[in-house]
Amino acid sequence: MNNVPQQLQYTAEHEWVRREDDGTVVIGITDHAQQQLGELVYVELPEVGRALKAGDAMAVVESTKAASDVYAPLAGAVRAVNPALTAEPELVNTDPYGAGWLVRLQASDSQLTGLLDASAYTTLLDAAD
Amino acid sequence: MREPLIFDQGRPGRRAPSQAPAVAAGTDDLPAALIRRTPPPLPEVSELQVVRHFTRLSQLNFSIDTHFYPLGSCTMKYNPRAANKLAMLPGFLDRHPLEPEAHAQGFLECLFDLQEMLKAATGMTGVSLTPMAGAQGEFSGVAMIRAYHQARGDTARDQIIVPDAAHGTNPATATMCGCDVVEIPTGPDGDVDLAALRQVVGPRTAGMMLTNPSTLGVFERQIAEIAEAVHGAGGLLYYDGANLNAILGRALPAAMGFDVVHINLHKTFSTPHGGGGPGAGIVAVNDRLEPFLPIPIVGRRDGAAGHAYRWLAEAERPQSIGRLSGFMGNAGVLLRAYVYMRLLGAEGMRRVSGYATLNANYLMKRLAAAGFTPAFSQRRASHEFIISLKDVTRDTGVSALDFAKALLDKGFHAPTTYFPMLVPECLLIEPTESEARQELDAFAQALIEIRDLAFKDAAEVKSAPRTLPVRRLDDVRAAKQLDLTWQSRADSPAVSPR
Repeated sequence: MNNVPQQLQYTAEHEWVRREDDGTVVIGITDHAQQQLGELVYVELPEVGRALKAGDAMAVVESTKAASDVYAPLAGAVRAVNPALTAEPELVNTDPYGAGWLVRLQASDSQLTGLLDASAYTTLLDAAD
Repeated sequence: MREPLIFDQGRPGRRAPSQAPAVAAGTDDLPAALIRRTPPPLPEVSELQVVRHFTRLSQLNFSIDTHFYPLGSCTMKYNPRAANKLAMLPGFLDRHPLEPEAHAQGFLECLFDLQEMLKAATGMTGVSLTPMAGAQGEFSGVAMIRAYHQARGDTARDQIIVPDAAHGTNPATATMCGCDVVEIPTGPDGDVDLAALRQVVGPRTAGMMLTNPSTLGVFERQIAEIAEAVHGAGGLLYYDGANLNAILGRALPAAMGFDVVHINLHKTFSTPHGGGGPGAGIVAVNDRLEPFLPIPIVGRRDGAAGHAYRWLAEAERPQSIGRLSGFMGNAGVLLRAYVYMRLLGAEGMRRVSGYATLNANYLMKRLAAAGFTPAFSQRRASHEFIISLKDVTRDTGVSALDFAKALLDKGFHAPTTYFPMLVPECLLIEPTESEARQELDAFAQALIEIRDLAFKDAAEVKSAPRTLPVRRLDDVRAAKQLDLTWQSRADSPAVSPR
């Protein structure tokens, strides 16, 4: 039921992380998270340049059901945010792992520690079901 | 039945002269630049059209007077007519807020007695009736916590702890008061995760906000340990009084270790709500916080000739967090709560919490026996409870939202849906003490029938409501393109006066 791409890494709070060739990481919320929220009506993104600690609330995703914080899965500085989400927050629903990305970070630590791989995240989703 | 806008019901030149003012107001003294060049586009309708239009609109509404209204967390109970009647006595209605205290002794006495009754209901030592709604009550509570620490020179305390099951207003309040929010998780039984709490308390802890019984409809059993952890770290404990109706007359927030309480009089003390207000979010505090209460407060001086009541304001309360409105609270709401409490007395208030919890537990057991899944079946419910429709949604595709819409067709206001978010596909059901058993049975039967239909014909449930003036509303579009203002074609910006 849930789409959990193999090549990404995950958090227990339903964020995904993708490492890019230029050393930055791209962050979004998972397919499971967008299903739980329902169609998004608003996304609040951090300022470019902001320094984040791991676990900081960095963005807010809001649907007609709820507003939820999105946490920084790792420490770093915000390099870019997805400009398309201002006009089309529903991109997070239609393409959570692609056009619906939220934030690009310059991670402070080159090692991505403390994240789950796809099978561990799938196990976590199954346990909650 | 669709009711057209009143603007679309008129004909040019139609009038209702019996309602027109006897003397037209002059405009000679207004600056010429401010006077309209074209008359405003008012509806041109007869008196009877106006009466029918607004009567029909009132009949389209779901209300406590017409429907069972188990909207969890909101406490939609019966508002006694007696409270309404007495609060509308001419002596109250015709009072001017600036009249001298000597002319307002009866009114002030009622409010003084209300303050005293609320102290008794919470175990606290000070009360301010000033907050105009629950949100303002919360704001006052956290502002007092901040003022307390500041007054002691303890200025590094800028964190408010809230459980993840809290009402969304709690973190919003903390943020509005300039604090950072620290969220802590809930354990599998619905109690706060005490180990997580002990990890986050410290020198930055200003306080913790807690609802007890919680939004999960269970009583927080470790409240003594929580109070010890928060106080031990130098913080204060805030009681969100949203669910006070569950423990009224049986347990005191002060005895649980709380330092400040806000109470929604429009919930526990049955003043009218819905339609957006007006509300009353009074605050009660222990002696640590009393100097900081918002003003004005009603004081009493006892003399040989009897009691004299007066306003206590800046002069008497120099450390107060200040005023929240021009005068004091919503007077009509405060009076209705006063009458309600006087009608019930202490014994009646115990019956309120007794029947509120009995009704909730009866309905929860009935639904569990019919195969529904309570979120915390191992726990006794407080005044409300949660069922999760996750299994039905998985098997049929029919969601909690679909159940809510189908209930409308069966003549019931829907319970709260998708709150708290911790429980998937949930309905938060609060029957209140007002309802008779037959009403609870009818509601349970309606849920059973909807579930049966979900397994037979899911599309039919998903197409509800069918009997109301409007069908499924596009709530996503309503959130994205909010449009609350009617504008006539004649009054479009292109031709509006400068």
